[in-house]
Amino acid sequence: MNTKDGATAPMRIRTDLAICEQCDSVHQRGPLAAGEAADCRVCGATLYRRSRLDVDAMLALTLGALIVFVLANVAPIVTMQSGGITTRAWLLTIVVRAWDHGVGPVAAIAAGTVFLFPLAQLTLYLFVLRAVKRPTRSPGFVEAMHWLRWLRPWSMVEVFLIGILVSIIKMSSLARVTAEAGLWGFGVLTILLTALSTFELRELWDAHDD
Amino acid sequence: MTDDTAIPRGAPLGLIGCEACGLVVEHAAADASCPRCGHRLHARKPDSVTRSWAYLLAAFILYLPANLLPVLHSKKLFEEWSDTIMSGVVALWKDGAYDLAIIVFTASVVVPLLKMGALALLLVQVQRGSSYLPRERTRLYRILEFIGHWSMLDVFAVALLVALVHFGALGNAEPGAGVVAFGAVVVLTMLATMSFDPRLIWDAPRTPARRASDRPPT
Repeated sequence: MNTKDGATAPMRIRTDLAICEQCDSVHQRGPLAAGEAADCRVCGATLYRRSRLDVDAMLALTLGALIVFVLANVAPIVTMQSGGITTRAWLLTIVVRAWDHGVGPVAAIAAGTVFLFPLAQLTLYLFVLRAVKRPTRSPGFVEAMHWLRWLRPWSMVEVFLIGILVSIIKMSSLARVTAEAGLWGFGVLTILLTALSTFELRELWDAHDD
Repeated sequence: MTDDTAIPRGAPLGLIGCEACGLVVEHAAADASCPRCGHRLHARKPDSVTRSWAYLLAAFILYLPANLLPVLHSKKLFEEWSDTIMSGVVALWKDGAYDLAIIVFTASVVVPLLKMGALALLLVQVQRGSSYLPRERTRLYRILEFIGHWSMLDVFAVALLVALVHFGALGNAEPGAGVVAFGAVVVLTMLATMSFDPRLIWDAPRTPARRASDRPPT
């Protein structure tokens, strides 16, 4: 099989290069300062970046987000008062009522994209960031990173937040609807998750390699 | 603006960038896995055009029930009515809540339609081997990726309404089948977008002469 022109040359890792995932252009890697990003010169996609935050700041953010996550789910999101009856809604209420009313897929979407996936994301971040800080390679790091990559597009806390706000304003003409601590919780959680996602997973792969 | 034809591309050089972790591997065997993360290495996502079309067509089909079936049934004493997404927008507009009407209309009607239309355009142009405005088409793809999940907004709004309004003085709110179809459309378009491989946009032959013909003669 071995040909003269080296068609079956051995596989090599090229850490000096970066390939654009959107147009396949090959670029020479260079050092970046914190907060800088290298963009593809051909299509403009981000090749790699260095976050303004270091791993310790990320860990702090993750822990903070986990605490806020608990608060957002324990505290009610909204209270509605009409005709002397007060109704409160938690995220769990929304999931259970959707299920009870025969729209299981909606219950599954809400439970997954607002509760399970963000919780899994935060737990995995915690694990992965601690693994990066350790001098040796951690078992399970690779699997955790793959899960993080799959989960990322399916975490929809920010969409949920805006959906709830729209719904509150819609109902406000019919009844007294007030935002509760849970809604603020989801607001803060949105900000923290957005800050966390400025950290590219590829950066963590590289950090774990070093 | 740099001359982008001067920058080499990975595939002809036998270089593959791992889709999962970004590691660049040279001379990978046909069925090799990434030495860092174990993800299967391939120069392009396998069958991406077919898979993307399949998800997209499913989304197109479900877009009909999502808009024709009611998303919400409401009951109040002797009154009973059903709302589709469009009638909900119209009701908001008539109530004078123009800003909300615009938000819901954009997130639930315009964005899904534009998304499906834009992805269909990207797919057709890749299949025709078009080399027209690759940079702009790649940017369009990035926008599709970014706005993908925002259409789920109305599903959450309906879910909260259903959770709060029941057996009270306000009556009763029941979710309609339209909301399930709508959620499915959002998930399917997201899957269609993820299946598409933007690198295919750049695989059409691009020669400097071809690029010069993009501009009108002066």
